[in-house]
Amino acid sequence: MKLRVPSFSILNGKSWKFTHDTLFQIFLGVISIISVIVLAALLLRELIKGSWPALSTFGLEFLFSTAWNPVTGEFGALPFIYGTIVSSMLALLIGVPLSLGIAVYLTEIASSRVRAILSPVVELLAAIPSVIIGLWGIFVLAPFVREHLAPPLMNYLGFLPLFKGPAYGYSVLTAGLVLAIMIIPIISSVSREAILAVPSLQKEGALALGATRFETIISVVLPYAKGAIFGAVMLGLGRAIGETMAVTMVIGNNPQIFTSLLHPGYTMAAVIANEFTEATDDVYLAALIEIGLVLFAISMVVNIIARVITWKYLKLEEGLS
Amino acid sequence: MTRVLLLPLLAALLFAGCTGDGGKADAGAEEITITGAGASFPYPLISKWSYEYHKLKPNIKINYQSIGSGGGIKQTMAKTVDFGASDAPLKEEEYRKMEGILHIPETIGAVVVVYNLPGVENKLRLSGEVVADIFLGKITKWNDPRIVELNPHVDLPDEQIIVVHRSDGSGTTFVFSDYLSAVSPEWREKVGKGKSLSWPLGLGGKGNEGVSGLVKQNPYSIGYVELAYAIENRISYARIKNRAGNFVEPSIESVAAAAAGAVATLPKGDESWAKVSIVNAPGENAYPISSFTYLLVYRDLAVIPGMTEAKAKALVEFLWWVIHDGQKYAPELHYAPLPEEVVKLNEETIRLITYQGKSLL
Repeated sequence: MKLRVPSFSILNGKSWKFTHDTLFQIFLGVISIISVIVLAALLLRELIKGSWPALSTFGLEFLFSTAWNPVTGEFGALPFIYGTIVSSMLALLIGVPLSLGIAVYLTEIASSRVRAILSPVVELLAAIPSVIIGLWGIFVLAPFVREHLAPPLMNYLGFLPLFKGPAYGYSVLTAGLVLAIMIIPIISSVSREAILAVPSLQKEGALALGATRFETIISVVLPYAKGAIFGAVMLGLGRAIGETMAVTMVIGNNPQIFTSLLHPGYTMAAVIANEFTEATDDVYLAALIEIGLVLFAISMVVNIIARVITWKYLKLEEGLS
Repeated sequence: MTRVLLLPLLAALLFAGCTGDGGKADAGAEEITITGAGASFPYPLISKWSYEYHKLKPNIKINYQSIGSGGGIKQTMAKTVDFGASDAPLKEEEYRKMEGILHIPETIGAVVVVYNLPGVENKLRLSGEVVADIFLGKITKWNDPRIVELNPHVDLPDEQIIVVHRSDGSGTTFVFSDYLSAVSPEWREKVGKGKSLSWPLGLGGKGNEGVSGLVKQNPYSIGYVELAYAIENRISYARIKNRAGNFVEPSIESVAAAAAGAVATLPKGDESWAKVSIVNAPGENAYPISSFTYLLVYRDLAVIPGMTEAKAKALVEFLWWVIHDGQKYAPELHYAPLPEEVVKLNEETIRLITYQGKSLL
């Protein structure tokens, strides 16, 4: 689609349009590239500069060490990396099927009246401040996990290392549940847009061939919207990795690696929030900033993977159409 | 209708504006804002002081940001605030880096051991060694013989002890671990003292509210919080055996007794306070887990950029008021007022403060 620019009598229409458009494009391009690169570079520079005392002391060992002792000045990030990854994955495991269910129901099945009531409610979940969700986690979810969710898990699945007791209520599982609640609005609303964008001709074609509604959704609608849905999931994952306050309040803050999901854990964002204000020691402070650097790197990698996969799907779709 | 409502409102606003200006005109002095930053533990008291002092001297505002002791020390070192506040005294190397820094203990706080044992409210007695071994994971059951020995008349259940500690760096943890290090050689060696620790076991709660929430919700748990927090939230707390061998209930009186017991060993305000600790203080009635919290001020205030003589004078007068009249606001907020000996020590320290070598009092 090209924009039509009215030609002016003084100038030759064609050349005026050329210089005007090109200049404008270059101008916008330079602005967007510079602002992104400068921001990212500044951030990276600050993180590396701030974490230098720790980087130079611990080197790569930092990523694989499980020690976290501010008194003796030994620091390692592994328990925090582990906790962040496990709690985020758990959140996706619980949150993604629910979000997709919500998105499909709201677009394909619900009547317009139900849709008008339900979709703002789901989106409203995203507007709840995370500290409020954290408080709800402390007073409602953690006791519920301890008294009602953990006992049956330990009884029936206790033979798995994943569900070994004792259960305090404050655990990686509770954090995963809280994160799932926080990413559902994002994933479901973005996937809903993706499903709405599926051309009705496709759906009608499937229905005309005798497919049931279920078959249409499974074999036509979801595959068509796959790329965008994947992007939505990655957005949710990004949120889960970086979420701080609500997780800190329910995860139990224990920097050790346990296989059991019922055991307390710790995340990268949580340890920064917890310990930054009182870190006076240079190496201690640097270790916390280095955790920030690792968090930054992990988020970047997740986003890049998401981009690449989304591009692949988009190309595939372009090729098909 | 709306107009009828709006008019008196407008009038009231205008009137309020007038009186505000009038008040300023009466004082007739230059507006001075003194900024401080640091520990969150004394924040309620400092903010009460700044409110009361502003009422007393309307031209002086005390702006205190409770950003944590770590931040307070850093900002004082960078000379971006007029005074700092810290729960722990400056470490030897920090003290040497900040030339001419003075310690002014401004109030006394205490840490209490709280627990959740259904049916055993405020009756439990513990000793420092037992608390250390519980937090080390060596005593794991409530009916351990060592706890039973201290509590012969209490029916203790055969249940696992759930240990709860602070997850965020805090002066409360510093005082608690300082005490455990003082009474248990094994704690000193394995864990040590600090604002954040490598805990051998337990759940971490964020802030006093996080720890007390965990303790309240989990039967058979044990944790530690500030005295004020335990009293206001009615959590069961233990009596702790002090150095004299008495089981002492944490209260403003027993905390003040701990400070009085330690007075003889305190350094001068311009010396290093790195070794000062009033945990496990002598005294029949001294509560053993107590600590000073400090204001940090430079000896010659001219080193702070933007400082004027008038501002320096205002700061010194405020400090003088804090250690005298200001102390009467401490008990209502569950802080212990300074004993007379410490006030005397602080008077000497405050007299040392100068502006370009000029005495200010």
